[in-house]
Amino acid sequence: MNRADYPAFRAEGLTKVYGSGEATVYALRGVDLEVARGAMVVLLGPSGSGKSTLLNILGGLDSPTSGRVFFDRRELTAFDDRHLTLFRREHVGFVFQFYNLIPSLTARENVALVTEISQNPMSPEKALGLVGLEQRMDHFPAQLSGGEQQRVAIARAIAKQPNVLFCDEPTGALDSQTGIVVLEAIARVNSELDTTTMIITHNAGIAAMADRVLYMADGQIQRSETNPEPCAPEELSW
Amino acid sequence: MLVELLKPLDRKLVRDLWAIKGQALAIAVVIGCGVGMYVMSRGMLLSLAETRAAYYERYRFADIIAPVKRAPTGLLDEIGALPGVRRAETRIRAGVILDVPGASAPITGEIQSLPEIPTPHINDIVLRRGRYLDPQHEEQVLALDAFAEAHGLQPGDHIHAILNGTRKRLTITGIVLSPEYIYAISPGEIVPDKKRFGVLWMSRDALAHAFDLDGAFNEAVLLTSAGSNEDALLEQLDTMLKRYGATGAYGRDQMISDQFLVNEINQLETIGRILPPIFLLVATFLLNVVVGRLIDTEREQIGLLKAFGYTDRAVALHYLRMIGVIVILGIFIGVALGTWLGRGLANMYQDFFKFPFLIFRAPAQVYLVAVGVSLLVAVTGTFSSVRRVMRLEPAVAMVPPPPPDYSRSARWLERLSGWIDQPTRMILRHVYRWPRRAAMAVLGIAMSKGLLIGASFSMDAMMYMVDISFNVIDRQDVTVNFFDPRNDRAIQDVLHAPGVMHAEPFRAIPVVLRNGPRTRRESIVGILPGAELSRIVDTGLNPIPVAPQGIVLSDKLAELLKVTPGELLRVEVRTGRRPELDIPVSQVVKTYMGTGAYMDLDYLNRLLKEDTAINGTYLLVDPEQTDALYAELKNTPLVAGVSLQEQAQNAFYETLQDSLGTFVFFNTLFAGLIAVGVVYNNARISLSERARELASLRVLGLTRGEISYILLGELALLTLLALPLGALLGYLLAATLVLSFDTELFRIPLVIAPSTYGYAALVVLLAALGSGLLVRRRIDRLDLIAVLKTRE
Repeated sequence: MNRADYPAFRAEGLTKVYGSGEATVYALRGVDLEVARGAMVVLLGPSGSGKSTLLNILGGLDSPTSGRVFFDRRELTAFDDRHLTLFRREHVGFVFQFYNLIPSLTARENVALVTEISQNPMSPEKALGLVGLEQRMDHFPAQLSGGEQQRVAIARAIAKQPNVLFCDEPTGALDSQTGIVVLEAIARVNSELDTTTMIITHNAGIAAMADRVLYMADGQIQRSETNPEPCAPEELSW
Repeated sequence: MLVELLKPLDRKLVRDLWAIKGQALAIAVVIGCGVGMYVMSRGMLLSLAETRAAYYERYRFADIIAPVKRAPTGLLDEIGALPGVRRAETRIRAGVILDVPGASAPITGEIQSLPEIPTPHINDIVLRRGRYLDPQHEEQVLALDAFAEAHGLQPGDHIHAILNGTRKRLTITGIVLSPEYIYAISPGEIVPDKKRFGVLWMSRDALAHAFDLDGAFNEAVLLTSAGSNEDALLEQLDTMLKRYGATGAYGRDQMISDQFLVNEINQLETIGRILPPIFLLVATFLLNVVVGRLIDTEREQIGLLKAFGYTDRAVALHYLRMIGVIVILGIFIGVALGTWLGRGLANMYQDFFKFPFLIFRAPAQVYLVAVGVSLLVAVTGTFSSVRRVMRLEPAVAMVPPPPPDYSRSARWLERLSGWIDQPTRMILRHVYRWPRRAAMAVLGIAMSKGLLIGASFSMDAMMYMVDISFNVIDRQDVTVNFFDPRNDRAIQDVLHAPGVMHAEPFRAIPVVLRNGPRTRRESIVGILPGAELSRIVDTGLNPIPVAPQGIVLSDKLAELLKVTPGELLRVEVRTGRRPELDIPVSQVVKTYMGTGAYMDLDYLNRLLKEDTAINGTYLLVDPEQTDALYAELKNTPLVAGVSLQEQAQNAFYETLQDSLGTFVFFNTLFAGLIAVGVVYNNARISLSERARELASLRVLGLTRGEISYILLGELALLTLLALPLGALLGYLLAATLVLSFDTELFRIPLVIAPSTYGYAALVVLLAALGSGLLVRRRIDRLDLIAVLKTRE
């Protein structure tokens, strides 16, 4: 099997248990999953279904109680904190619900913050161009709208040319029109850079733009649907 | 749990306080240091002043001493009849050389007479051990407690003394304290040396026999009545006693023990005035920053409480109580610390100042002032924050604040843009965005450094002063005083004593110096123009020959008399023919100790119309032969006193280590606590404000080290900025302290060793580093997952 045939992620029997005794909470109950390279995956499910926990474990932010995760051919679950940090630094981009930009840095500098420590980054200007913010590069977060801030966050996440992009409710704090602009940026990155993309959302409408939709409930993947004809974000509505 | 019994808001109070326990404690400790310092210095000052007053009152410490050469005892009635005299007594007091078993060097001391009734009416003594003198036994003496203790002397022990040239064996019957020797110090020195200065009391008859003063006295001691005019009385005494060889009556202000005691009280006052305000200022600043920023982070909770219907007052009260708990904790720490330090200080004082009792007891008003000032600190520090709580509209508070606007950045900062990385830019913009906050932190850290320098420099200054005094000005090894003026052949005798390599004569005469209304009772020391041992130095500390004519004054004496070179000074000689002369001031010289006056020895003798006469000599001694020299001096009849430079210097260093060392230690501790308090609080608050930002960066792949740099780099920057400012503050504090230590007894030069600056910087850096490490541990435990979900 050559490199391209390996899935981006492979998870085996992932469980995550919080607390003990009566207070025991099963966040994940034996999840098996493979995510193909360059795929656009949407995770749908109610609160507490385990989708964030799964994303955190795949992104190297959390570790499972049992089970294994492979990124490429390497076992993430065997990494220590330092290697997980390196993994995030080199391979993963994150987009948060509340943008989490650094208020003391301009849009360009927020992106440069990440490109400075990456091995093969694109220029901050190019990253901001991909999300349509060429004109707003020298603005501080306080001078940008919510949608613009989220697009800076996407530019910041993809500027290092990551293998994977994780987006946790990227449109959760935005109105639908602005949300679509943000999703367009994500879709463009996915197609142009071939970045494996996983999006968590409550919003079933977004599922239409994915190659694959995972429905989660009670810590398990209940259903996995493949979408042969994903539609463009501008066709979405909610 | 106890918490369960409380109302919800009170539970929040308890838990919030617990959450900021480190910061709360840091603030409380800084308040505690200020309060403690105040309680200690003010309480000690009052204890000392009260003890002094009570001791003087109970043991009837003389108001005036009038020394004469020899006057008939019958004169007492005349003295007692002077207006303003409540009571008068006569006594004999003389210099004595003591020879104590086990001490090779001769000891200079004083011996004075006791009347036959068990205790004198004036300058009474406190019998600590043993018994009073038996008039039938002339060899019996009482010894001063400090001296006896230093040599392990007990009642029943024997010592030898040279009384008026005759060596006598004496028996100690009792150990006593005296209000006249609370600070037992030989004249001309600035630290007491219990070993080298002894005081004995002997029966009046025995002492009169020894000094040929039967039916006579050489000192009158007086108590004055309330409201009497002391200056007038001193004049009258001088006039009355002139023909008996009076050298000039003087009041308590020139009694050396009391001078030192008053000096110490003044120093305590200075410390109490300067140091506590520094601590309380820092505490004010810390409260301002911590409470202000805490309230900013709790903005939404405040809005929520108000939305639920809690009144503005109730919410403000909640925060006031939080502040109150911190301040009260600080007051408790301060009161405990102050009382503990005060007791320690009282114990230390007991070593220097011999009181029959000295208890540290700060009166209630000291504590009340401390509490009042602390509350004032709390109000000043938190007023604006609490007002903000009151004014916050619930609707506004519940909307998350927009990201802080950094768009108005400094141009110079932006010009650096190409040169620095993003984390460094974040640090610089953050500092620039909140300049007041940064300035406060810098000021707080600088204050702790300034305090360190202010506390430690006195050691440098003292060392410098001693170095100049002992190695540049007075370079002799031994000073020998003769009983009476001798012709200069006496010096030849001394030169033949074993080990003497060089000798320089001097003559000291008692005088009264007058310039208009300003009068000083001093000695003029006549020295050789080519003197190599005891020299005079100009203000640049360069040795200069004494002017062939005129009088040379130390800078302090010139200042006290308000005279400058060229002006005439009235000199009333109080010995020999007692001429009264107008003599020009020829030079003003630099001295750090005492208030000396000098003349060319020949010029002095010509003024007195006497042949060359000397009453002492400075010696340079071969260190190999000091014991032989000491043995010879102990048995030389003409020697009235011997002072040994090296031992004086050692005593000085020891005292410095004991007293100043302790002071410096505690100040280092306190200043370190301030530095930790300031840095730690800043770091903790920055962390809680920026936890989300930093955690996001961790998620983006920045390492712990990289995000620590962003947070701690700012603190490092502020600490570095504070270092030069701290050095400046330290210099100013030292300059202020130097002014208050400028007394007749001694002056401290404004000398701060580079090592002191370095030491202060090191303590501050270590405190900052320690705080940084504490916060770093929290950075390592940042919750990365929470930031993905939570808003602020």
